Amino acid sequence: MIELDDISIRSGSFELRRVSLSIPAGSYAVLMGATGQGKTTILEAICGLRTVTGGRVLLGGVDVTRRKPADRGVGYVPQDLALFPMMTVRGHLEFALRVRRWPAAAIGPRVTELAQELGIEPLLARDVRRLSGGEAQRVALGRALSFRPQVLLMDEPLNALDEATRDRLCELLGKVQSASHLTTLHVTHSRAEARALADRLIVLEGGQLYERPVADLEQLPDEMLEGTPRR
Amino acid sequence: MSDQPAAPAAHRAGSDVPFYVVMGGLGGSYVVLIVLLLAADLAFTSPGHFAAALAKPEIQYAIRLTLVSCTISALLSIWVATPLGYLLSRFQFRGRWLIDTIIDIPIVLPPLVIGLSLLILFHLPVAGTNLETFLQEHVSIGRRPFRVTYAQPAVVLAQFAVACAFAVQTMRVTFDQIDPRAEQVALTLGCRRSQAFLQVALPQAWRGMIAATTVAWARSLGEFGPILVFAGATRMKTEVLSTTVFLELSVGQLEAAVAVSLLMVIAAMTVLGIVRLLGARAAT
Repeated sequence: MIELDDISIRSGSFELRRVSLSIPAGSYAVLMGATGQGKTTILEAICGLRTVTGGRVLLGGVDVTRRKPADRGVGYVPQDLALFPMMTVRGHLEFALRVRRWPAAAIGPRVTELAQELGIEPLLARDVRRLSGGEAQRVALGRALSFRPQVLLMDEPLNALDEATRDRLCELLGKVQSASHLTTLHVTHSRAEARALADRLIVLEGGQLYERPVADLEQLPDEMLEGTPRR
Repeated sequence: MSDQPAAPAAHRAGSDVPFYVVMGGLGGSYVVLIVLLLAADLAFTSPGHFAAALAKPEIQYAIRLTLVSCTISALLSIWVATPLGYLLSRFQFRGRWLIDTIIDIPIVLPPLVIGLSLLILFHLPVAGTNLETFLQEHVSIGRRPFRVTYAQPAVVLAQFAVACAFAVQTMRVTFDQIDPRAEQVALTLGCRRSQAFLQVALPQAWRGMIAATTVAWARSLGEFGPILVFAGATRMKTEVLSTTVFLELSVGQLEAAVAVSLLMVIAAMTVLGIVRLLGARAAT
């Protein structure tokens, strides 16, 4: 479960004041809003990468507002993926497990399981600089899921992909989520992505978050859909 | 008569040759100047002068001390410049502008002033003693007291004081060019700050580290003013190649001075070439 209880965030001249949100455990929520409204800022506040100036962040009912990003149990896929350029695909899937001191005997099976689930087993030895957009996306997702986080946050993860790859990854995301029952918050401008994945629709408008019925997707204003094909 | 602009197909952009001639001419003039300087040095000296200079024990000593002191100074510089460049690149904190300004001082000041300041620092009376005396009384190598001023450590310290500032600038630019987002993701994956730095940022910065080490080494090789003031120019003791040129000139040995100058050029080109070759190989 993800709960934002009256949080305020300030970064230079940008400010979000007293924002609240509640996403039940196991839900797939899609967050939409016009560019520059603060969607990424909200994800970063949940991750712990951005300090909140007021309010509380609760994950699974636990107040994590003062916890470091490492101690929140959040898997994060940023917009630009931010893969580690000097590592192989296997290195990415192992990274969090090694940092979290998983037993060596458990790391190999977990990497194999993830690679099979994401369809990247043949790529394990490959340098991430030699991956296609869709492959890189799967690796970023695998890295975020590797340590079995309680929450998955994704910031426009399917941007800059061709339509066919985007559809395949949408299907994969849906499969992964229904298998893991992971509470997921997915930021997007794409109506097609939201239609395919969301069981909850959150809209950021005028500095506040509102939950709307998923059926309202078709009525969303154009500025929330900018930058992606309005399908 | 129509006011309409010409159709796009009628437009001709003209030749790019003047662009290449002007840019190449302006840029190339500097390359030509350096080549002329080296050619003049080569024309002035002869293999005989070169061999005679290399045969002198004091010049052989200066070569050894130069190689050792430049290498130590470059390694110290990269050791300090990597964390400092990272902190200045990644963190906003109060008083950062002051630290930026302080680090730039060795770059803008005449190097001679750095040497003078080092000399004053080590001999300024504090509580009835000074840093040089304190070190001699409390630190020893074997049974010999540890001397800095007018000894080999002064050569390294004078080189380091200037070279490190250039290494810091290089490392700062290096980290500025590395997207911090990967380190942020590493934090969410379970890393401490130190792990994100060592396992994610540092492996991406290796090219910058090679560049910073090269810059520091080359800068140390060319250092003269602060070494002369702080370490002196005592033959077979604190003489490095840059001071050799000065000493040979001061006794009228112009041929030897030019031979040593060319030796420095060869040393610099060899080190820069090796480092760039290593960098190019590691990149492929």
